[in-house]
Amino acid sequence: MRKQKQLATPIYGKQSFLEKLISYKKKPGSLIMAILVMLATAFTLFIILYILGYILAKGIPYITPSLFSWEYNSENVSLMPALITTIEMTVLSLVIAVPLGIFTAIYLVEYAKSGNRLVKLIRLTTETLSGIPSIIYGLFGMLFFVTYLKWKYSLLAGGLTLSIMILPLIMRTTEEALLAVPASYREASFGLGAGRLRTVFRVVLPSAIPGILAGVILAIGRIVGETAALIYTAGTVAQVPPTLLSSGRTLAVHMYLLSSEGLNTNQAYATAVVLLILVVLINGLSSLVSRKLSKGKQV
Amino acid sequence: MNSNKISIQNVDLFYGTFQALKSINMDIPENQVTAFIGPSGCGKSTLLKCLNRMNDLVEGCKITGEILLDDKSINQMDVNLLRKQVGMVFQKPNPFPMSVYDNIAFGPRTHGIRSRVMLDEIVEKSLRDAAIWDEVKDRLNKSALGLSGGQQQRLCIARALAVHPEVLLMDEPTSALDPISTSKIEELCTQLKKEYTIVIVTHNMQQAARISDRTAFFLLGEAVEYTDTEKMFSMPTDKRTEDYITGRFG
Amino acid sequence: MKQFRESAMRLVFFIAALTSILAVLLICVFLFANGIPAMSKVGFFDFILGENWAPQDVPPSFGILPMILGSVYITAGALIIGVPIGILTAVFLAKYCPQRAHRILKPAVDLLAGIPSVVYGFFGLVVLVPFVRDNFGGDGSSILTASILLGIMILPTIVSVSESAIRAVPQEYYENAVALGATHERAVFRVVLPAAKSGVFASVVLGVGRAIGEAMAVIMVAGNQARMPAGLLKGIRTLTTNIVTEMGYAADLHREVLIATGVVLFVFILIINISFSLIKRRQK
Repeated sequence: MRKQKQLATPIYGKQSFLEKLISYKKKPGSLIMAILVMLATAFTLFIILYILGYILAKGIPYITPSLFSWEYNSENVSLMPALITTIEMTVLSLVIAVPLGIFTAIYLVEYAKSGNRLVKLIRLTTETLSGIPSIIYGLFGMLFFVTYLKWKYSLLAGGLTLSIMILPLIMRTTEEALLAVPASYREASFGLGAGRLRTVFRVVLPSAIPGILAGVILAIGRIVGETAALIYTAGTVAQVPPTLLSSGRTLAVHMYLLSSEGLNTNQAYATAVVLLILVVLINGLSSLVSRKLSKGKQV
Repeated sequence: MNSNKISIQNVDLFYGTFQALKSINMDIPENQVTAFIGPSGCGKSTLLKCLNRMNDLVEGCKITGEILLDDKSINQMDVNLLRKQVGMVFQKPNPFPMSVYDNIAFGPRTHGIRSRVMLDEIVEKSLRDAAIWDEVKDRLNKSALGLSGGQQQRLCIARALAVHPEVLLMDEPTSALDPISTSKIEELCTQLKKEYTIVIVTHNMQQAARISDRTAFFLLGEAVEYTDTEKMFSMPTDKRTEDYITGRFG
Repeated sequence: MKQFRESAMRLVFFIAALTSILAVLLICVFLFANGIPAMSKVGFFDFILGENWAPQDVPPSFGILPMILGSVYITAGALIIGVPIGILTAVFLAKYCPQRAHRILKPAVDLLAGIPSVVYGFFGLVVLVPFVRDNFGGDGSSILTASILLGIMILPTIVSVSESAIRAVPQEYYENAVALGATHERAVFRVVLPAAKSGVFASVVLGVGRAIGEAMAVIMVAGNQARMPAGLLKGIRTLTTNIVTEMGYAADLHREVLIATGVVLFVFILIINISFSLIKRRQK
């Protein structure tokens, strides 16, 4: 009976497209704003697709086996040494920055009294650090690690510079992850007679791991894409650095040099493709982790 | 005088597969206060929101049946004009984060009034009608967020009045307020019905009894009983209504 | 033993927490110690307001006004392009977009944020420079090109920060406006967006920081001529690119002056950071 009535009577609900058009006719201002919003979004989307599409279309044909030879020479313009240097640089920076960032966050969340002056100072300095552009980090690295500590252009100087650069990112994401751990976990652990240290490492940190991981992945993204902070700290030698104190160029630096030399544009396209693929992978991974994170919260 | 302003015919409402309203039929008389009462989740607020098509904003909400305003189907009307004719006051007082003046002038400006003189006039009249003029006349250009809760709610009523609606929908307008502000707003309702048709949703049965002329009792999406307020509270015909108003559930 | 371990680790955490303070101190000390002497050697006003940059001349002149203006111009240009498009896109994501489309668009915008500056610079070099040359004239490496590229680069910052600011506005504001008969657009642009203005403004400040500090992308499209701005279609050099282009071969005073250029940039950034945190504090 009711079903028949439903069919017979008009259905209310969302405005139909026609109705929208009619009401826009009376409100030209609204129509213009709606059109502008659509245009802006279309432009943003167009830019994203255009950059990706253009680089991929131009670069993929030049991804050849010789591009991945172990040794770089002006014949093959291999990106392999740069790729390996990138990985080394990433590992080095993370090895330094991740423990420091996590420990700082632990101190801020689990130990320090909030409102403490030192805590405010730490927050202020990390905020400052996160706003400093990479070229300033590069200058500082050059003045301090390269010149003052006499490390020359080296993997170590570059890695340390980058680790300062990503420190605020790791710290902030870890802090958020720690804060998201329910206080009841800590209380339960203390209630069982565990000390603060044990509580932090056995109870709080494990449940904060996805959040920390998402931050680390973001940091990897920054390291992989970095150029300005590395040119005058790690140098530009196209080799896999044999020691920590030898120079090496990461992929992004490699690509910058290729495109500014202007001799190997095709290889620059191909390098850009490899960089983009890395970035897409890193982004995908981080959103996967954070989606896991939000799912975990719902349960 | 007491002709029907709104006529609700055979309205069913679904949120997805859940049916929130079941064949509602009701006529709402002009220049009277009509109250919707019932326990939480009974559909009274949902029905109220049908009257100015606020349910359009809800994803997955489907309504069938017919609602007439002055014998015209509200579905055929321009939705913005419908909402101009049928104003609404929400449960939580929600002034926009702008000055008192701009809050009131927002509606008239929306409907094309630009003249400063006219706006001044409308702002003053609306604030007077909402019995808040004396309290805010010296701070028209200050942020509306600085007012007390009760003042904010009367400001919202003034804002709704500023577009000259014919019907005023009030969704539990006093549930977030203290008793003094509540009595001010109740007083206001009885004043306003001279010019407006008022439909008020309330949790508070005494409030319904105090201010309304007609009352509808809702339970589980059904309009169980709809009659004169006096009759409803003295001799309800339905057993369920009696149970509710004597406080046996809800 | 347990007690000892507790306090030892507490000390370790404490020391770790001090590293960020130490880092900022070191950065300030090394930049200022190496940069300020050069400023006094050149003369502070000759340095900041000098219109001529000719480090190889005898005697050399070290005026960085062209670079300061260069940074300001292309940052302003980037804002003119990036801010309206960014805010409107944020409005779309927050108030127009069906959820299913949001699941695609949001990661796409994040991806735009993740693309390295060199890739942007390269894209600018091979696409934007010829585009500007063919359509507007000049040799393509210009203020205009750099502004367009930076405008694109600050888009994701503006979009995502503004979007969360818009989403943070209570839905009631929107409903109230609509219930007064406002159209969707009027409710969004006259009520919701103004209510989100401090967050939106914060996104713009962040965008300024990113634009003014960007080096690698600008260097590839701006032409890098060290001269006073000569027109939209003429090349220009910024504070950042001044450092990158010349640091490789600079020595003695020239090198120190480049570091001083970094100091000026650093001060700009500090000002931006401070205004950002002031806005954020006011938001609370």
